Amino acid sequence: MTTESAGRITAKIRRGDRVFSTSTVIAGSIILAILAAVAIFLVVQSFPAVVAKSGTLPNAAPNFWVYVGPLIFGTIWAAALAMIFAVPISIGVALFISHYAPRRIAQVLGYIIDLLAAVPSVVFGLWGANVLAPALAPFYAWLNTNASWFPLFQGSVSATGRTILTVAIVLAVMVLPIMTAVNREIFLQTPRLHEEAALALGATRWEMIRTAVLPFARPGIVSASMLGLGRALGETMAVAIVLSPAVVYSFLLLTPQNPETIAGNIALQFSEASGVGLSSLIASGLVLFVVTFIVNAIARYVVGRRKEFSGAN
Amino acid sequence: MATELAARPIVNSLTTGRLPRGSAWMLLVGCWILLGLVFLLVQLAGGTTSFNIVGTVFCGTILFDILIYVLSRLVEGARRAKDRLVTSLVTTAFIIVLLPLVSLLYTVVANGLGRMIEPSFFTESMRNILGEDGGVVHALIGTLEITAAAAIISIPIGLLTSIYLVEYGRGTLARVITFLVDVMTGIPSIVAGLFAFALFALITGNPGYRSGISGSVALAVLMIPIVVRSSEEMLKLVPNELREASYALGVPKWLTILKIVIPTSIAGITTGITLAIARVIGETAPLIVAAGFTTSVNYDLFNNPMMTLPAFAYQQYSQQGAIQSDYINRAWATALTLILIVMILNLVARLVARFFSPKLGR
Amino acid sequence: MVTNGTYRRLEWVAPAPSCNQTPEGNTVSFTRFGSIAVVAVAAALVLSSCASNEGTTTGSTGSPSALTGTLSGIGSSAQGTAETAWAAGFQGANSGVTVNYNPQGSGAGRTAFLGGQSDFAGSDAALKDTELATQSPKCAAGTKPIDLPVYISPIAIVFNIAGVTTLKLDAPTIAGIFSGKVTTWNDKQITAQNAGVTLPSAKINVVHRGDDSGTTQNFTDYLSANAPTVWTAAPAQTFPYKIGDAATGSSGVAAAVKSAKNSIAYLDNSAATGLASAQLKVGATYNTISAAGAADVVAKSPIAAGRAANDLAIAIDRKNTDANAWPNVLVSYLIVCQTYKDKATGTLVAAYAKYVASADGQAAAAKQASSAPLATDLAAKVAASIATIK
Repeated sequence: MTTESAGRITAKIRRGDRVFSTSTVIAGSIILAILAAVAIFLVVQSFPAVVAKSGTLPNAAPNFWVYVGPLIFGTIWAAALAMIFAVPISIGVALFISHYAPRRIAQVLGYIIDLLAAVPSVVFGLWGANVLAPALAPFYAWLNTNASWFPLFQGSVSATGRTILTVAIVLAVMVLPIMTAVNREIFLQTPRLHEEAALALGATRWEMIRTAVLPFARPGIVSASMLGLGRALGETMAVAIVLSPAVVYSFLLLTPQNPETIAGNIALQFSEASGVGLSSLIASGLVLFVVTFIVNAIARYVVGRRKEFSGAN
Repeated sequence: MATELAARPIVNSLTTGRLPRGSAWMLLVGCWILLGLVFLLVQLAGGTTSFNIVGTVFCGTILFDILIYVLSRLVEGARRAKDRLVTSLVTTAFIIVLLPLVSLLYTVVANGLGRMIEPSFFTESMRNILGEDGGVVHALIGTLEITAAAAIISIPIGLLTSIYLVEYGRGTLARVITFLVDVMTGIPSIVAGLFAFALFALITGNPGYRSGISGSVALAVLMIPIVVRSSEEMLKLVPNELREASYALGVPKWLTILKIVIPTSIAGITTGITLAIARVIGETAPLIVAAGFTTSVNYDLFNNPMMTLPAFAYQQYSQQGAIQSDYINRAWATALTLILIVMILNLVARLVARFFSPKLGR
Repeated sequence: MVTNGTYRRLEWVAPAPSCNQTPEGNTVSFTRFGSIAVVAVAAALVLSSCASNEGTTTGSTGSPSALTGTLSGIGSSAQGTAETAWAAGFQGANSGVTVNYNPQGSGAGRTAFLGGQSDFAGSDAALKDTELATQSPKCAAGTKPIDLPVYISPIAIVFNIAGVTTLKLDAPTIAGIFSGKVTTWNDKQITAQNAGVTLPSAKINVVHRGDDSGTTQNFTDYLSANAPTVWTAAPAQTFPYKIGDAATGSSGVAAAVKSAKNSIAYLDNSAATGLASAQLKVGATYNTISAAGAADVVAKSPIAAGRAANDLAIAIDRKNTDANAWPNVLVSYLIVCQTYKDKATGTLVAAYAKYVASADGQAAAAKQASSAPLATDLAAKVAASIATIK
């Protein structure tokens, strides 16, 4: 794209090119502007909470960081649990649809999974609280009695089943469709020649997937997982409806006192909050922002090291 | 299937080293029946009050995974056994996913269908309705208008940004935008709602300004990063050979992008956009804050509050009146309606993809 | 799309034109049908200018009213159902009016009203002194907003124990249960009050609100007034003790109690349908929950001192011991300007408030939301206050 240096062949600048590339830059800049606006809004609104004196914050917290600590813990803990369920299962389901299922079934299955991405979070919440939690409660009681050698199953068991484990399952079910859909698209894009080559060398189907499909798809899988994780971290209504929260740092999976997530806490307390309480909720939103960013940055780093399979590098 | 064709040895007496065809499926069904009997005995013994179908399917599938590995290992050797194990695990993952999803869909359909097929549901709003009548016309219009406006805002921005990132973006600006898109995926939905509300209060000078368009902006803030992320991923997968071939023929870059890159990845991009719409169409919290509540029909995107389907479902559930079943029925029927809308949306997206994607020789 | 991809790869894998054609053709016709359906639905929506129930006067008043305009209210979710009933009744009599009530919550409602975001607010607590000092852009300069008690709801103590339908409890026992000091159903403190009832030796599963709420505020206020030695926490919107399960909203608490055996919770009476409700020891007798008892307690409670003349914030007398009294009660207010900056809004709000406090309005709320209609003398006071709204 050099235009001035003499002696070189200069590329012709076409009007269409200029218009098109400018419009893409403008679109990118709009994102910049939106984010700047959101950031200014958040910082201005949350400032009173960060500098608030002891005694004015909710939960009798001495300062903002003590207030937000259990919420950060709960957010990461719930999302991590959800990802433990969701990542392997979504890869499995995507592989099933792209490489295992008979084609007629695969078409229908792909469609059904797409649809499930559309179930509103409120519905997941209602299902989780009214169907899943009561169904799991006896199972939790059983685990608590018979598997209490496992440290996370200890503690006084919840009678309603509205624990962080239930929330993690609901979150996993919520993020599965979007993760599966993206993974499946990526798997379907595997270069045909790679797959054929692997099979021609006598690989079994699994060996073909391991040597041809998965390496090609790894950045995409990370990307899909990040989309799912972003949703799990920021999920509001489903967590608010299902979880039985308390202000605690607790890894226990089956008790009624569970650490609350940031987004769930905002949904629960927003309606009755005013003054510093409202500011601290928005400030916790800012913290969620930062948490999500850190997680994403880590993912970007992982993907960045594996660029060699991208078509457009 | 290709892989079977390729992996299947020549059919002769050498099949001694293989499990018989169809044995896997028979084994799976066998495991289910076995576990079904176990749970039936537990039920008869009074251990549970009803037959545990979820437990049967779940435990049966796990048992199958173990058995098929052991059997295959004994008969077919380690490599085939591993292949069998992965096949069965992948199938298991699928069955595990189906259990909650089927339960969820069943719950919604069983609770919502009866109310949804009543004529009043799609001909009435909730204005002046106190009894069991009433419908979702107002919420349906609100959801369609708000989501359409959000899509109109975010699809061009998102798509162009992803094109910038993949095709043009070099240096600082591209890195900054990538970074910001990542940050944007972390905006909690209710914060997006509060932001849109504050923004429009500032623009209009009316501190209580609540309307459809502020809901759309809130949704667009949530939707843009999803569109960028998924489109970027799809554009990256377009082989460079296609671009280079196009340049070699003297096609300008912008036409290469429009005619080669986008059509090649259109299927994936449409999926991404559909998923993004599906993701925001069910948002509740930001719409309650930004678009408000009403019981009446409002077509005007720029004035007065607009009801949306998820907000309506949540309100009907959380604000039940004396006869609770009226409200709960409406809530489930609304949820079902929302799912059906997205189903129609998916069909349209498929049609779009079918029209625009090139017919490859695959 | 997705399946396109699937199709293409499979076609390549096993070229079988006949198999490929059929489903492809089917899908096309199906999607075409789908798109036609979309167009039809969209057209139907655009063409039907109005929902079938709109644009008609359903009220019995013969002459059409002259009132027109849109009122917006934000606030208490406890009032939400009642506001729906009032909006319906008021819109029915005045077809040119639309009332939009957004049940975001009391705190959000007060903040929104004081910030000029809504024409009125619904709140489970009266305005605080600091809030009264704020000048709302909706109100005429120099005038303050007023609190009007319009919604009274008894708070029920609901329980779910197999085979038990009646339960008698006094305030210290309830305080003990909800603060974690009484932990089993056959605790002496409970059995002593319930002779003849077989209570299990099971653990008590306490369910409380996980979100901040006016219900929790009033319930804890009742306990700290009647059992100050057991309930040492101050009255608050947030449930103060770390025991039991938390659930969101009245409907969430009700669902949790229904699903968990041996559980107990406090609930707005409107959400308690289908659950057994405990009797409460008031004075020397055990009273059953009743709307009349709740309304009676509120009517006999003093008006809070040191407020504007028309401000009817109520200091609920939690120690009322009248026959059938139910002092575990929530009062929710309609918060309006004494004088509106905009005359038309003032007229509209005054008319709406008048309907809300009228016998008709209170009966509609009682029917729809199981609330307690205002007692006659309190209703008269409220009506007098409303008459001064400009």
